[in-house]
Amino acid sequence: MLAALLSGCTGILDPVGPIGAQEKQLLLNSTAIMLVIVIPVMIATPAFAWWFRRGNDRATYRPDWEYSGAIEMVVWSIPALVVMLLGGIAWIGSHALEPSRPLRSAVQPVRIDVVSLDWKWLFIYPDLGIATVNRLVVPAGTPVSFRLTSDTVWNAFFVPKMGTMIYTMPRMTTRLSLQADRPGLYDGRSAHFSGDGFSGMGFKVHAVPPQRFAGWVRSARGQGQVLDGRGYAELSKPSSYVKPVTYGTVTPGLFEAVVANRAAGPVG
Amino acid sequence: MSTSQAAVIGLTHRASEDTGHGHRGPESKSIVVPYGFWLFVLSDIVLFSALFATYASLAHATDGGPTSRELFSRPTAGVETLALLLSSFVCGLAMIAARHRNLAWTQIWLLVTGLLGFAFLAIELREFASLIADGAPPQRSAFLSSFFTLVGCHGAHVTCGLLWIGTMMAQILAKGFQPHIMRRLLCLSIFWHALDIVWVAIFTLVYLVGTLP
Amino acid sequence: MNFVGKLTWDSIPFDQPIPLMTSIVIILGLGAILAWVTLKGHVPYLWREWITSTDHKRIGVMYCILAFLMLIRGFADAIMMRAQQAVAVGQSQGYLPPEHYNQIFSAHGTIMIFFMAMTFLIGMMNFVLPLQLGVRDVAFPTMNSVSFWLTASAVLLVNVSLVVGEFARTGWLGFPPLSEKAFSPGVGVDYYLVSLQISGIGTLLTGINFVTTILKIRAPGMSYMRMPVFCWTSLAANLLIIASFPVLTATLGLLMLDRYLGFHFFTNDGGGNSMLYVNLIWIWGHPEVYILALPSFGIFSEIFATFSGKPLFGYRSMVYATLAICILSFTVWLHHFFTMGAGADVNAIFGIASMLIAIPTGVKIFNWLFTMYGGRVRFSVPMHWALGFVVTFVTGGMTGVLLASPPINFVVHNSLFLIAHFHHVIIGAVVFGLMAGYNYWFPKAFGFTLDERLGKASFWCWFAGFYLAFLPLYILGLMGATRRMQHYDDPSWQPLMVVALVGAILILAGIVLTGVQLYVSIRTRDRRRDLTGDPWDGRTLEWATLSPPPHFNFAVLPDVHGEEAYWSLKQRALQRGRISDEPEYQPIEMPLNSPTGVICAFFATLCGFAIIWYIWWLAILGLVGAFVIFVWYAWRDEHEHVIPVEEVQRLERERRRIRTELLHTLSQST
Repeated sequence: MLAALLSGCTGILDPVGPIGAQEKQLLLNSTAIMLVIVIPVMIATPAFAWWFRRGNDRATYRPDWEYSGAIEMVVWSIPALVVMLLGGIAWIGSHALEPSRPLRSAVQPVRIDVVSLDWKWLFIYPDLGIATVNRLVVPAGTPVSFRLTSDTVWNAFFVPKMGTMIYTMPRMTTRLSLQADRPGLYDGRSAHFSGDGFSGMGFKVHAVPPQRFAGWVRSARGQGQVLDGRGYAELSKPSSYVKPVTYGTVTPGLFEAVVANRAAGPVG
Repeated sequence: MSTSQAAVIGLTHRASEDTGHGHRGPESKSIVVPYGFWLFVLSDIVLFSALFATYASLAHATDGGPTSRELFSRPTAGVETLALLLSSFVCGLAMIAARHRNLAWTQIWLLVTGLLGFAFLAIELREFASLIADGAPPQRSAFLSSFFTLVGCHGAHVTCGLLWIGTMMAQILAKGFQPHIMRRLLCLSIFWHALDIVWVAIFTLVYLVGTLP
Repeated sequence: MNFVGKLTWDSIPFDQPIPLMTSIVIILGLGAILAWVTLKGHVPYLWREWITSTDHKRIGVMYCILAFLMLIRGFADAIMMRAQQAVAVGQSQGYLPPEHYNQIFSAHGTIMIFFMAMTFLIGMMNFVLPLQLGVRDVAFPTMNSVSFWLTASAVLLVNVSLVVGEFARTGWLGFPPLSEKAFSPGVGVDYYLVSLQISGIGTLLTGINFVTTILKIRAPGMSYMRMPVFCWTSLAANLLIIASFPVLTATLGLLMLDRYLGFHFFTNDGGGNSMLYVNLIWIWGHPEVYILALPSFGIFSEIFATFSGKPLFGYRSMVYATLAICILSFTVWLHHFFTMGAGADVNAIFGIASMLIAIPTGVKIFNWLFTMYGGRVRFSVPMHWALGFVVTFVTGGMTGVLLASPPINFVVHNSLFLIAHFHHVIIGAVVFGLMAGYNYWFPKAFGFTLDERLGKASFWCWFAGFYLAFLPLYILGLMGATRRMQHYDDPSWQPLMVVALVGAILILAGIVLTGVQLYVSIRTRDRRRDLTGDPWDGRTLEWATLSPPPHFNFAVLPDVHGEEAYWSLKQRALQRGRISDEPEYQPIEMPLNSPTGVICAFFATLCGFAIIWYIWWLAILGLVGAFVIFVWYAWRDEHEHVIPVEEVQRLERERRRIRTELLHTLSQST
């Protein structure tokens, strides 16, 4: 089992971007710090019990020993010190890895708007005028700045290998910045239960080299599918295990209209 | 229970020894019952605080519908407040009469308490009815949902209080001032005063703050 | 005019074989039991001695039986989920369609938290608290019975949803907007809401009852700092009930208003705000975790002291730690949704507050260790569970601190890592605690001990099964597997899912062995009678009286002279070589039995069922019925019956004879 854990061929222990990498490091560091206390306790418990078993004449029976100021002092300080250390890490980590914080990079970020629907993911590229369903194409090595919402119940946008998940909530916008350093094909899914089609809500992330990304955008624009008010109304009908779709044209302001709950009509 | 009786259960008997930090054993019912009832009142206040929190966070979620300033009237709420505060005062008079074992005055003051409570309720229901008629029902917006729920929950409590007052009057009539009847009267008055406290908060936070210019 | 609301023949799942068969088996089983009870003429006995009983011991035992039944129901759900996830990969959709699978995990969570863990713990507190406090009953005996029967009523409704209609498909906390009418139009969510409202009232009344009992009804001399730690942790848990359950009632009430009357608290339209629900429910939900954990810590404290033959190490520290946890538990609710995007400062503050709870909890662990230090440890069944608990709980706590760190939480929230964590602490602390307490106090309740060998076998199955079932889930969580999946695509997860299923089967063996242990122990009860009333060489007052205790617990209330009231009495008796002088007996007043509880619950069930199915006349009838029974109860003048002095004397002389014999044996052996 441990081997499976360490080989970690998928998942958050094999991150492909800076966010995931830092989170993995924090996970390992915090675990190591706590194991320093946890392992001795796990050994001491059976050891104490066994040494002081009834019938062991070599152990001293001290039936009235119930208090020691020195020990109390130590017992309160050890967890307190550990928590101070971990709390410091948590404070710094919370600020450094705050989901809405833009990534520091020389490269201009790609903006992508995410809408969770029953039960599929719509990815809108507002600056490029295209959109996809259940297929997120991003340029590798480039920060991606997400705005996320839901046009149904809550979901959570989660690409384990890239790091941080975040809720998508109706009438609200959350923000998230991620980056894939390595080109590759990564799994993404909803991490927050959203109803009967929830399990069929997976999507794929294609991280491609920047030049190929530009090529993909050009070819996507050439495709005929149009995402306008009517198309959106059609798309938002419940369905799951939906095959990826690409829209060559998207009505501007669709994401804002979704947040304002007026997307399914004629979008202005 | 005397110490000598109380001292024996284990294997020894040391009746002469001090029992410790002044704990004489189980308290009498006249302490235990109101104490438990106080805890209930506290839990009720926690319930209301959840409703207050809800109201506070939804007070501006009017969804384009009417706002608190357009809907609420300070004079009406003022009259309600007066009725309820007065009923609390009269409830106190009923308790004094009961303590003096004065059946007639206890009943009269309880009746007046109930009537004032009923007047409060009637005004509240009239306010609700006029809001609904004016296109501001609880289904209109989150703000109105939370308003009707907070104030309505208090109103439901007053209704329960009225039922209780009626039952209590019948019990006093049938049973006189027995100890357990007196305990219940005490609980009733705690309940009634607690409703007052909650109402004062509603009056301030909903009606006064809500109608600030 | 419609007399049956939304109820139609379609409400009964004739087309779904699994729930249909289950319910047929359950109905036939219940019918058979009822028929047997009636034919054998046990009904009057059951009515008189159990159903209408206001005796805290009887009520406690009934709570525990109910909880054990619900453990079986909840576990059946669990093993179905494990089986589904072991097969539903890639092309295979498994054997459970989503609409069924989703009901199962919702029911599993709801039942295990509310009707197994809570119910079991409240049962134990019921049985133990008055005995440990050295008194004759709780503060409000009839209300105690009402609490129990309301819980039973809620249990009934949840299980009726198997047969009539459906259960919620929204998870055990029913997050809106999914649980709103727009997305869950069926009766499932209504079953969930109504049963939790009914059991919530019962639980709140229990909280009031126990806090009053602990604070106002104690034996003479039992000052706060002389109370056993289980009393302290129970006090903390019940304070949490009083402060948090009204929030649950309010929150679920608001959701009901949304669903039934079209209000807009948590809807997507009308200005509703679903984040509000999530905040409110967790303001209740996090203290709820400690309502479960704290009494278990108390049980372990009693067991460590008893089976180490030593007082609990650092008693005062334990009390302070308990109260610290009690207060801190209200300051951490936001850690359940760091991924909502509340901002770095808010997340960090709640993260650190959550970690603070690890300090008093860590103190407790160390104090249990030092309780064993210098002791004479006996490895009886309760001690097995206690040691298993410490070893398990430290790692469960460790993953909890990981989850409390926002940046780490961002990648493991809502994953199987989270599932593994909370099962780690809830099974490791609460279930182990319940099993420990069950083995520990069973002889007190029934007068004979449970089989040790089978008890240990059950422990090892649970212990190994737990690790086998949940360690794979940690790894799966790190591999990116999220919770509540009816189906997944990644075949590399399957082997670990199969291992988890094997673990669940091992736990099943543990549950079966517990049943076998009970059966065997009952069959051989004559050999295993506990005539002393003190089978474990106990230290607290429950061991001072007979097993099972007489109706009035103590013929005269014990006089407490220090911490560990009973232990010090025992020691002094040993020194003197005689037990106390015979007291002057007096007649004892005990509360009368009352059918109020069961009738209340009858009307609550009617009313609840009617609300679920929109049968409004029946709902009103139920409410009126409840009010009438309430007034009827208030009208009676006799609240107590008197146990005559002869009866008290007879029972107490018997106890004194036994105690004298015990003393002789003890003094000969030392």
